[in-house]
Amino acid sequence: MEIVCPAGTPAALRAAVKAGAHTIYCGFADESNARNFPGLNFDRNEMRDGVSFAHAHGAKVLVAINTFARAGEEAIWHRAIGDAQTCGADAVILADPGLLAFTAHHHPTLRRHLSVQAAAANADIINFYAQEFGIKRVVLPRVLSVPEIAAINAETTIETEVFVFGGLCVMAEGRCSLSSYATGQSPNMNGVCSPASHVKYSQDHGVLDARLGGYTIHRVGKNDPAPYPTLCKGCFGAGGKTGHLFEDPVSLNAERLIPQLQKAGVTALKIEGRQRSRSYVAQVVRNFRAAVDALDAGKPLPEGMLARLSEGQAMTTGAYKKTWR
Amino acid sequence: MSQSPAQISRLPLALTYPLRFVPLAPLSASLTLFARKTARNHPALFRRLGVHGQKRYVLDPTDLPFVILLDPNGGTPKVTVIRGSGTGAARIAGPLAALIGLVHGVYDGDALFFSRDLVIEGETAATLALRNAVDDAELDLSQELLNLSGPLARPLHNMMAFWERHTGVHLTRPDEVETW
Repeated sequence: MEIVCPAGTPAALRAAVKAGAHTIYCGFADESNARNFPGLNFDRNEMRDGVSFAHAHGAKVLVAINTFARAGEEAIWHRAIGDAQTCGADAVILADPGLLAFTAHHHPTLRRHLSVQAAAANADIINFYAQEFGIKRVVLPRVLSVPEIAAINAETTIETEVFVFGGLCVMAEGRCSLSSYATGQSPNMNGVCSPASHVKYSQDHGVLDARLGGYTIHRVGKNDPAPYPTLCKGCFGAGGKTGHLFEDPVSLNAERLIPQLQKAGVTALKIEGRQRSRSYVAQVVRNFRAAVDALDAGKPLPEGMLARLSEGQAMTTGAYKKTWR
Repeated sequence: MSQSPAQISRLPLALTYPLRFVPLAPLSASLTLFARKTARNHPALFRRLGVHGQKRYVLDPTDLPFVILLDPNGGTPKVTVIRGSGTGAARIAGPLAALIGLVHGVYDGDALFFSRDLVIEGETAATLALRNAVDDAELDLSQELLNLSGPLARPLHNMMAFWERHTGVHLTRPDEVETW
């Protein structure tokens, strides 16, 4: 199975390749990219060099152009698609049907993957995207169980890629307005969920407060692990109870499910975390590459060591083994 | 290359206590000189910082008796060491081993934040920009220092290797092993 790894910087890309990534996904430093964070991402020269480095080591590079084009500003996204091809990218990851149509028409030889942001969660919609826009792969949203993924693969010839590690989003990706509600900016339109410019931390006697757009969304005690400052992981009081209303602050880790995912027909395993360091990338990639190689060799999966890298220092298998509240 | 935050070392008091008596003005001047030499070798770091390269960062090694004020100045950095808390656009606090380990790519910043080994306050965007820019720069502070040390480089290298072994602080950038 193919390991698809994140890279937020050229250094992270090189670290991923050296750690054994088959494929790296990354994006340009602008709003065409759903990880449009300060100090992150690639300019055009860095992308060209990164692709050359990956190809020289037998790895592929996918360019995520996975936000939705803003009316009147489509040129930003069109330019990103053209530049990805010029840089030698092996595929672009798109969510916006207009951009898929543009790419199919103007860059027909550029391989197209359907982003998780498109929230394509059944075979009918995947086959529709394949028929209309020639997509070769779909990144499945993190709302499906393993049997549901198997059912999709039974009804489509399109490659499926699933998340196996990293941060979790709420429900159907691409349709979340929580960040917009608190900050006016969203991952789908601006490339930022809970933009850092709207996040404030303060610590008093060991108690950490996290505020997003003026709203206090977490307060954690001195010895408690800290979560990301997203509303979906917020801790709220209601009806006399306090808790994580939408989702617990934990990371996805489907490492132990890799054999089942392989049986379900999955082509590629995706690691989340383009906002993370090269240290994270190297550690997670090495772990998953070892797991996949062990599977291919018929050996038992090695023990994982990724808890410390996880949000809230806790992990879940997410929707793959559904236990909804 | 990577290590768990649980393994982060704290400098022993025997080592940090004498630092209370170090004169800060010469230390600031030396660190500024060092930062400017390093900046010349890593111009991309400041491009990546963008607008945040004009802000002041308070770096607070919590096991040392001072804080470091870093003004990147768009590529002509200035470093000021002071006693007290200091003020700036953003404050990053943690054990020296965590801060240097971040620079050298040993630790992941988010993981240090989750484990509460790292505390960030002030402008989160500025902190993120600095973290990402430094992570991409693949700095090796020891190597930068050795490059400036002329004939003293070898004894200095031996001394740093000694301190690295005995303090657990990653004074050098670990080699990236090509695994596959």
